[in-house]
Amino acid sequence: MSIRLDKPWIEFSKQSIDRLTGHLGVYQLANAGKEIIYIGVAGARSRFGLRGELQKWLELDDIATSFFRLEVTMAYKTRHAELLQIFLYDFKRLPLANKNLNVKSMGRLNVG
Amino acid sequence: MDFTLNEEQTMIVDMVRKFVQQEIIPLEKDLDPDADEVDHDTYVKLVEKTKAMGLYGLDTPPEYGGPDISMVTRTLIAIECSQHRAGLYVPCYNAFGGARQAQLFEATDAQKEKYLYPMLKGEKKVFFGLSEPSGGSDPARAIQTKAVRDGNDHWVLNGTKLWISGADRADYGLVFARTGGEGRSGVTAFIVETDWPGFNVTRVVHTLRSAKYATEIHIENLRVPHENILGEEGGGFAIANDRLARQRVPYAAECLGVAIRAHEMAVEYSKIRETFGATLSSRQGIQWMLVENEIDLRSARLLVLDAAAKCDKGLPFRTESAIAKLVCAENGFRVVDRSMQIHGGLGVAKDLPLERWFREMRIRRIGEGPSEVQKHVIARDIIGASLR
Ligand SMILES: Cc1cc2nc3c(=O)[nH]c(=O)nc-3n(C[C@H](O)[C@H](O)[C@H](O)COP(=O)(O)OP(=O)(O)OC[C@H]3O[C@@H](n4cnc5c(N)ncnc54)[C@H](O)[C@@H]3O)c2cc1C
Repeated sequence: MSIRLDKPWIEFSKQSIDRLTGHLGVYQLANAGKEIIYIGVAGARSRFGLRGELQKWLELDDIATSFFRLEVTMAYKTRHAELLQIFLYDFKRLPLANKNLNVKSMGRLNVG
Repeated sequence: MDFTLNEEQTMIVDMVRKFVQQEIIPLEKDLDPDADEVDHDTYVKLVEKTKAMGLYGLDTPPEYGGPDISMVTRTLIAIECSQHRAGLYVPCYNAFGGARQAQLFEATDAQKEKYLYPMLKGEKKVFFGLSEPSGGSDPARAIQTKAVRDGNDHWVLNGTKLWISGADRADYGLVFARTGGEGRSGVTAFIVETDWPGFNVTRVVHTLRSAKYATEIHIENLRVPHENILGEEGGGFAIANDRLARQRVPYAAECLGVAIRAHEMAVEYSKIRETFGATLSSRQGIQWMLVENEIDLRSARLLVLDAAAKCDKGLPFRTESAIAKLVCAENGFRVVDRSMQIHGGLGVAKDLPLERWFREMRIRRIGEGPSEVQKHVIARDIIGASLR
């Protein structure tokens, strides 16, 4: 099992997001060049799970999102932490829109 | 066995109970149900309060600045501290401080300066690297990570560690590696810094538990100075056996705390929930579940306090602490399961803490020595050394 989230990208549109389920899980947002700009989580406090979280981004859309992809998982907290750490390993920084996270307090993975 | 609380214990239990109810449970209303930490400012405020209570550094021996309390009192505190959603693996979000790696108290003075004291002050995080893909129940035989001497000053380590909690966020950790032949005497404990070349945390291991998640570590030609051996070469298992047996007692008591709260919730709910025109509490089927909970809890409480009392009296308590770990984990799990059942659908929803306790209690029956291994330890003590 790959530890990267390598599902196909889906077009970031109201139509595709409204069709999503309300499961808990993790998601990534990307720009037109399919570069990851945000790694998010739909935790148990989110009202409509992944659909609800992505709908919030539709309303905001202040980061020029063109694509998204997601993974349904009950282990949303550990998977979110893992995806952020993989990004940190790949790019030595966090995704541009993950502004409120403190890199210092995050774990370090060496995913090779 | 008379475990009537003395005046000081009554006061401490009361104080900790209020702390959990007034400071911790309200915080959880806004946290994710799987949260395992609070923000830094909140944490600092909580720690100020536990320091004011004189209870900061619960597992730190008094000579290192911890509170001077008996093991029975420590056990009573553990029963209280865990009575909230995150309480099983992060009691009170660590506001009482933590000295989890008991082996480090056996370190040399130089090692204590560099590693132990910063950990006690909360400046450095530490992991415990014993288990490997080849097995965790019997590490003396299973450990395959190899340490080979390189000149006089260094060792070179190679191998894989699995299930290691918090290694990705730790500053250093204890890594057990084989320096000699088969069995216990061939294993040495090394203090390893996580930013040394060759130390790689390669993945998060997703389990039923989100709090304090486990990781996998690959160790590749990791050079460790000789002075970072903890204890003696070949003495990895001999260090801190007594302290580790002590640690197991509050660990067991935390299972009991969660189960007590689950049971209280089930009793309250059974009195207000009606089906077929009567409350659940009026049904014998439910009453018997509650009675079984009560018996499981009382017997676990007596056994864990018995282990603590033997420890306080300076009597051998290895068997007692294994019994306490076994009974608290097994009985606690059953109590949480029955309490969930009584709550119906609500029992399995994330609206209540029961589902998290159920998942985490399931791990408790495996972590820190599975129940069968505790039985193995107890059998070894009562039958004799032939089982070694
Ligand atoms: C979430 C999590 C976090 C962990 N954190 C750490 C950590 O920080 N550091 C660390 O070193 N380890 C850690 N562990 C590992 C844990 O200690 C081991 O999982 C445990 O010791 C069991 O080892 P194992 O999984 O290899 O099972 P095995 O040793 O393969 O045993 C499998 C099963 O066999 C049975 N069994 C074993 N021996 C006997 C026997 N003599 N008689 C009868 N039945 C027997 C038991 O039911 C046992 O569950 C963690 C595990 C988990 C799940």
